[in-house]
Amino acid sequence: MSPVNDLPTTPDDPGPLLSVRGVDVGYRTGRRTQVTAVHDVSFDLHPGQSMALVGESGCGKTTLGLGLLRLLPRSGVVPKGEILFRRKDGTRVDVRTLEKEKLRRFRWNEAAMVFQGAMNAFNPVLRIEEHFLDTFRAHERAGRRRPRKEILERSAELLEMVRLDPARVLGSYPHELSGGMRQRSLIALALALRPQLIILDEPTTALDILTQRSIVERLAELREELRFSMVFITHDLGLAAELADRVGTMYAGRLIETGTTRDIFYRSRHPYTSALINAVPPVVGDLHVPESLPGGPPSLNALPPGCSFAPRCAHALDVCTTTRPTLDVLQHRGAGLSHTAACLRSTDAELHAEGSPVIDRTVNPAHAEPRPDDTAPRAASTVGHAGAPASTGPAPGSVLDAASAAEAVEADERRAQPPC
Amino acid sequence: MAVTTAPASAGVWGTIWQGLTRSTSGFIGLCLVLSVLLFSFVGPLLIDHHNPTDVSRIWGPMSSEHWLGTNHEGKDTLTQLILGGREPILVGLMAAVITVAIAVALGAVAGYVRGRVDHFLLQLTDITMTIPFIVLMLVIASFYRTSSPLVVSLIIGLVTWPYLMRSIRAQVLTLKEREFIEAARLQDLGTARILCVEVLPNMAGYIFINFIIAITNAIYAVVGMYLLGLLPSTAENWGLMIQQAWDNNAFLLPQAAPFLVAPMVMIMLFQIGLVTMTRSLEQALNPRLRDR
Amino acid sequence: MLTLRGAQQVFRTARGDVPAVAGVDLDVRPGQVLCLVGESGCGKTTTARMAAALSSPTAGEVLFRGRDVATMDRGERAAFRRSVQYIHQDPYASLNPVRTVFSTVSAGLRRHKLVKDRHEARRVTIELLERVELTPAEDYLDKYPHQMSGGQRQRVAVARALAMEPEVIIADESTSMLDVSIRVSLLNTLGRLRDDLGVSFLFITHDLAVAKYFAWRGEIAVMYLGKVVEHGPTPQVVNDPRHPYTQALISAVCEPDPDLARTKERVRLRSSDIPDLTDLPPGCDFHPRCPLYAEGSCDTERPPLVRSHDRLLACHVVTRG
Repeated sequence: MSPVNDLPTTPDDPGPLLSVRGVDVGYRTGRRTQVTAVHDVSFDLHPGQSMALVGESGCGKTTLGLGLLRLLPRSGVVPKGEILFRRKDGTRVDVRTLEKEKLRRFRWNEAAMVFQGAMNAFNPVLRIEEHFLDTFRAHERAGRRRPRKEILERSAELLEMVRLDPARVLGSYPHELSGGMRQRSLIALALALRPQLIILDEPTTALDILTQRSIVERLAELREELRFSMVFITHDLGLAAELADRVGTMYAGRLIETGTTRDIFYRSRHPYTSALINAVPPVVGDLHVPESLPGGPPSLNALPPGCSFAPRCAHALDVCTTTRPTLDVLQHRGAGLSHTAACLRSTDAELHAEGSPVIDRTVNPAHAEPRPDDTAPRAASTVGHAGAPASTGPAPGSVLDAASAAEAVEADERRAQPPC
Repeated sequence: MAVTTAPASAGVWGTIWQGLTRSTSGFIGLCLVLSVLLFSFVGPLLIDHHNPTDVSRIWGPMSSEHWLGTNHEGKDTLTQLILGGREPILVGLMAAVITVAIAVALGAVAGYVRGRVDHFLLQLTDITMTIPFIVLMLVIASFYRTSSPLVVSLIIGLVTWPYLMRSIRAQVLTLKEREFIEAARLQDLGTARILCVEVLPNMAGYIFINFIIAITNAIYAVVGMYLLGLLPSTAENWGLMIQQAWDNNAFLLPQAAPFLVAPMVMIMLFQIGLVTMTRSLEQALNPRLRDR
Repeated sequence: MLTLRGAQQVFRTARGDVPAVAGVDLDVRPGQVLCLVGESGCGKTTTARMAAALSSPTAGEVLFRGRDVATMDRGERAAFRRSVQYIHQDPYASLNPVRTVFSTVSAGLRRHKLVKDRHEARRVTIELLERVELTPAEDYLDKYPHQMSGGQRQRVAVARALAMEPEVIIADESTSMLDVSIRVSLLNTLGRLRDDLGVSFLFITHDLAVAKYFAWRGEIAVMYLGKVVEHGPTPQVVNDPRHPYTQALISAVCEPDPDLARTKERVRLRSSDIPDLTDLPPGCDFHPRCPLYAEGSCDTERPPLVRSHDRLLACHVVTRG
């Protein structure tokens, strides 16, 4: 390991916190064979950003997340690339080549992981306080052993930060807590050493809606307060829309589209991303007929030549089955927020005319014309939405024209596809 | 050995085969077991069974004519060794079949049907488990001088089933709660069918492992009984060889060592083979171990 | 067609009686969808299991075509078993790992003599697989569950249920373990069964978006702690929720729309803790968390489920006007 200094660091712009360059992640399947689950992924994460990695299961999201901190199971390897991380003291390290002891100190101090399935992440025979004690003790500097009482006080503070009652939680065993409480305890544990980056794997999956909501809100508030960066892995696009500033779509082990959250949800330029978004039926408003995306991701052992999404893609051309598209920059922005897509037709006017097919979400159903065959769906008023979408996002102005175009699209859709 | 990606379609038998061939220890175990089986079952077809008593060469040393020397009666040790494997192995196999058959049948019924049947069967296992095996054999042997391998295996089988039956019952109890069993019940498929077609095949691997364990136990039991002289036998037999070696103070005579050691080594090789096989099989068939 | 009357299920545990379902009245009408939504522990799965006669209610009754399931004779019960099919949540657990698709789907057909011989069983199985859009069906017949994806497995489970020519399908969170992309196509398949074959559905889900999409022309019943708190036609309940709990649920959903997500008004609950079923608060079960809580009857008297305009509601504050 040696500190790498390939990017200029100025006091104003300290540069990316995490800079991932051409990373492959694979699993050994035999003595000499291995399967590559993540191919050639590159992105920059700047301080304070929150990035969502979305995709179907089996797309390599979790493998990438684990690979970034080298938390892979024993058979996992990161054979290629650089994972440059700027530590708190300003030096840079390549996580990929970090040796064991330094890696151990790096994790949790600099970057922490919240695993999927909060039950399995805790040792069932240890109380929550023992987990906190272990974490603090394992990472404190040599020779300076903090007294138990001090650690427990700090743990209590952490638990209060995630709105848990320390008196109740610290003395409990994991199984005595509800799923939401366990998940919050895990987040508190991840925050224990004030890491700069937290990677969350499916943070709200398997939790109830109201619990999900409180965790989502708490995470957003904590990020404001503590200014850490986040990478979270999810298949729930709603969560991505809500918690992320930027989104990366993964398919068959590759990053196929990146951009700000608004880029992805309103101006998606990859048919896979659009298909994922269109597959989610919204709760608010009239019946929206989601589109199905038949088939599943290809097997990692038998990736199709050309674009790996081509066999499922409704817009595939002949050339798509032979040429693999590169991740092209569509709109350049700083701080790693450029909109990029790996699709041969990403700039095809025919495909993306009149706004992309996903924008009809911006239509406020309360303002939409009632359907002729409507029985009586009254506009939601009590909860749901507050007037037209406010332009709070980074790219204001694009919503209104998009909305009118989308209204037409939605009207067409209704005529063509009566609700079942 | 080369690791190839196994066809995903492998069923239980495929998994068993994989488990045995993929890991080195499993493969060695399989080889050991197969060579002992070949030695004891194919060997007798290849040699002259005539093994006369020859008083001129009592405790003869190892030579080109008698590879393992001769015994206290001047008989060729190797010939005896080749002929003597069949009986203990067959008895072990049959006893294992009987044990497993009883255990699976009763365990499955007890676990699936529950209620009074379960209660009764559990009482039965308790009673059977309290029977001291060796004492029972002593009693049987003193009243009824049996030499039939079938009777011996029947006795071993009838006494050893309760242990396996209890674990089979426990397995059925958990399998019964699985959703696909509930789905079968919702289709009204009938108890017997659900048990035989839905429940038991899911335990095939477990049953197979226990079958092998039952063989090892039965072989020890039968060898022990020969050693104690509880079972008279006219045929050649490894257990009997050890007993004869003991009776004739072979352990005091250096030149008698091959006669004493050879059957012990054969039994050991067979048992080690079975045990290592079982260990790798467990790894292949138990998903929780497999994932590690 | 399938009716629950005051159905109650109380589990006796060491910590006391747990009223998982405390008196529920539901009707599944022919060719219609009734969607039960609620959080985990609200009793929706227990209700579904009672409806499928997988467990019998401790009080109240389950009626199928007007007959009480508990008092049915052998023949009637067998007919009930076949007419009411259940699809589990987890397609990885609900298919026997050692049996092929053909064997799984055709087991019921052969057992109940719905087919003459193996040849016919194969033909009918192919038809069923085509119905659930597993095509080409011939390729799937001899597959084992582990060779298929979650969505394909769940389709096999649906085909197995269809083999019994059911009139009601009870789907317990049947789409929640699938990826979003697959979820929609499975819902569409189920929708076609409902429209083409007139199968009724008791559809259980925690996902309001799924409930809304699948039960748009049916009804939604929202459950909280073993009781139905709001029950009415789907468009009305989803677009204009009246019960504060329903409002909280709907406002808590993460919408896949960043602008909407930032501007959406959220219902703030007074507490995020769900009361323990063994120690329910007096009065309305929801009052310790309810944003509309008002002094008076809320913490003393349990609100009955009463008709209020176009739906049934159990809330003192809202029904009072």
